[in-house]
Amino acid sequence: MPRSTRDERGWFHQFIPFIALLLAACSAEQPGPTDRPDENPQYLSDWNMFAVEDGVLTLSEGVTPYDLATPLFSDYALKLRTVWTPGGAPARYDPDDAFGFPVGTVVTKTFFYPMATQEWTGAVTYGAEHTVENGAMALDGYRLIETRVLVRREGGWTALPYVWNDDQSQATLKRAGAIMPLTLFRPDGRGEDFAYLVPDANQCAACHASDARTKKIKLLGLKARHLNKASTFDPPFNQLEGWMASGLIEGDIGDAALIPQNADWSDETASLEARARAYLDVNCSHCHNPNGPADTSGLDLEPGASGPAMGACKSPIAAGSGAGGRRYGIAPGAPDQSILVFRMETDDPGAMMPELGRAVAHEEGVALIAAWIAAMKGDCG
Amino acid sequence: MRRFMIIAGALALTACGQDAETQTAYASYQETLAIELIDAEPGDVIEIPEGVYAFDRSLSLTVDGVTIKGAGMDKTVLSFKDQIAGAEGLLVTASDFTIEDLAIEDTKGDALKIAQAENIVIRRVRTEWTGGPKTSNGAYGIYPVQVKNLLMEENVAIGASDAGLYVGQSQNVVLRHNRAEKNVAGIEIENTFDADVYGNVATDNTGGILVFNMPNLKQPGARTRVFDNDVIDNNRGNFGHEGTPVATIPAGSGIVVNSNDQVEIFDNRIAGHRTVNIIISSVYSSGLSQKGMSEDFDPYPEGIYIYSNAFDGGGKNPDAVDLQALRIAMFGPLGALPDILWDGFVDPEKLEDGILPDALRLCVQNGDAKVINVDAPNEFNAPRVADGDHDCAHDKLPPVRLTGALEMFNE
Repeated sequence: MPRSTRDERGWFHQFIPFIALLLAACSAEQPGPTDRPDENPQYLSDWNMFAVEDGVLTLSEGVTPYDLATPLFSDYALKLRTVWTPGGAPARYDPDDAFGFPVGTVVTKTFFYPMATQEWTGAVTYGAEHTVENGAMALDGYRLIETRVLVRREGGWTALPYVWNDDQSQATLKRAGAIMPLTLFRPDGRGEDFAYLVPDANQCAACHASDARTKKIKLLGLKARHLNKASTFDPPFNQLEGWMASGLIEGDIGDAALIPQNADWSDETASLEARARAYLDVNCSHCHNPNGPADTSGLDLEPGASGPAMGACKSPIAAGSGAGGRRYGIAPGAPDQSILVFRMETDDPGAMMPELGRAVAHEEGVALIAAWIAAMKGDCG
Repeated sequence: MRRFMIIAGALALTACGQDAETQTAYASYQETLAIELIDAEPGDVIEIPEGVYAFDRSLSLTVDGVTIKGAGMDKTVLSFKDQIAGAEGLLVTASDFTIEDLAIEDTKGDALKIAQAENIVIRRVRTEWTGGPKTSNGAYGIYPVQVKNLLMEENVAIGASDAGLYVGQSQNVVLRHNRAEKNVAGIEIENTFDADVYGNVATDNTGGILVFNMPNLKQPGARTRVFDNDVIDNNRGNFGHEGTPVATIPAGSGIVVNSNDQVEIFDNRIAGHRTVNIIISSVYSSGLSQKGMSEDFDPYPEGIYIYSNAFDGGGKNPDAVDLQALRIAMFGPLGALPDILWDGFVDPEKLEDGILPDALRLCVQNGDAKVINVDAPNEFNAPRVADGDHDCAHDKLPPVRLTGALEMFNE
């Protein structure tokens, strides 16, 4: 991936888009973002992170959009991610763990789809990325499904799911979650009905309490290795260095060349190994890490794991139907004998991985992991 | 409770803006209970009245100190027959938790999973797949894993495609007066330290009671006492998922110890198992890849002590080609395998002058019950009935004492 940070045009250029964003936000004349320390507001708009009006989503002042080198797969939903800190206070940089954001920080992730039909019928599709430009995003042809809010309070992070209404004007708190019947049309025309799951507030923790010893909700995407990429929002600058320049993060970032960096899973110029490990990291390692909720399985899918811990020739522990009749997590050279691939392909709730947040197979992700396993040498004896 | 009613009311009002289909999907007791679990505070008792309640997605609890109580395992039924999301029925990741007097039926995955917690009581809970034993049933009925200080009593588990009652990677466990039937494994204790398994009935499973150690986990296991259980006629054909460890259990296995250490089996009534009443084996007999094991894993069952059990029948028709051939060769077409079968794997590095030290031996003091060493390490070349090899005794393990708030439940 090209790293285009301190190029000859200098730092000044990085600030132009921020100014543009600032101007765009001011013209909308909304109240500023707020962290709502004492209550869980009923409506998403109460947070004032962005406004939806006349088919346009407009970010509020000081709200920063971001994206990840390789994102979590969520039934092909597109995602708009934002972060806001009170008074623009900085987060503490960390090379490995999530950045240390100050109390009052609000992170949002909005899930939306391109509609497969002119009028809304529940039919969705997927294809090109679509996101904010200069702080605003046109919603024509898109359907907002839900927005998940993480707010950093004195006691830690709180997770709150909001579900968008029929006329797309407002999202309402649904702490019990929801299931939405949708139909996915793949680009080649195949259609399949599926049940889109909005997690309940406890299920948010099923992924975000990634350390099962503390059970505290943590940020997953806001880590150096996911954010260290060319900025989508301020091209051609590096997203992390842009944040450093804008003051959103502070701390010793060290040698920029040594900042951890995950590959873009879809970047065919990157190595198969780097793409597959980035994919497994973001989709699996929040549970499958040495202290995660899935350490009960003995399977570790963080970028540094190897051998049986990563699944090579490893027998399942408590997989049940998740074994899919296969003996090993990874059978080197044989994706069709590897439990990892089966669990990604199946849509049986009792067998599939991840356990939550996926109802359809990510065919392109399955193909990547299968190719990675196919290229492995050796056997299980 | 009042706090909860207000929230439910607000949700009901705001739901009016949703399309009708979405609304019916979650306008039910499902949402009521989900919110009650989310809003629970330590000390809360969530009572679920008599009735059958349908859920289409899994429930979870993350708050310590909560009790969930139904009106009885045949009266309060949480049915997941139409489940479309979630890997279990109820997932609890909280300590000081008690659940009693209800049933969880027909989950897509595990029925009740309790993970990474302390001080847990599971009492008079029934987990069942009502369509009978099938491979498509969920894996585990009641599934505590990484739990410290655990009491499971008077539960009933039926139809699990792995284990009905399964305790994994736990410590200080009492599992008593439960009933497990029509599962692949009736009761399974895995990678667990200090478990007392007594007064249970395991019948009509593929294997009755299993005490296993699996590789690649954070802790091995040792010190399980299996006593005063009725382990009867566990001859059900194995319907486990190929690839899972229990899928290798031959139908008609009474009690199986695999790679676990210091297991004491006594005063049980063990009868009618077509393969054999007790199997002591190494993970090498389970067909696992040695390349897929963490290097520090100890695959040998050591310090096993079997005494004073009442055996009846068994061993007449083993569900394994090698064992069937061996039975006929050694005992004739109408003969039976002895009550206790050992696969014969010993750790070569622990031998002293070619002999296993006393503390690691398989010891049997069980009247006229015989032990057969099938010589699995040498492809069953020299199987032998060798009681003299096992005429030894180990120090008896102390009873498991529940601690803290569970101390009052010690018998």
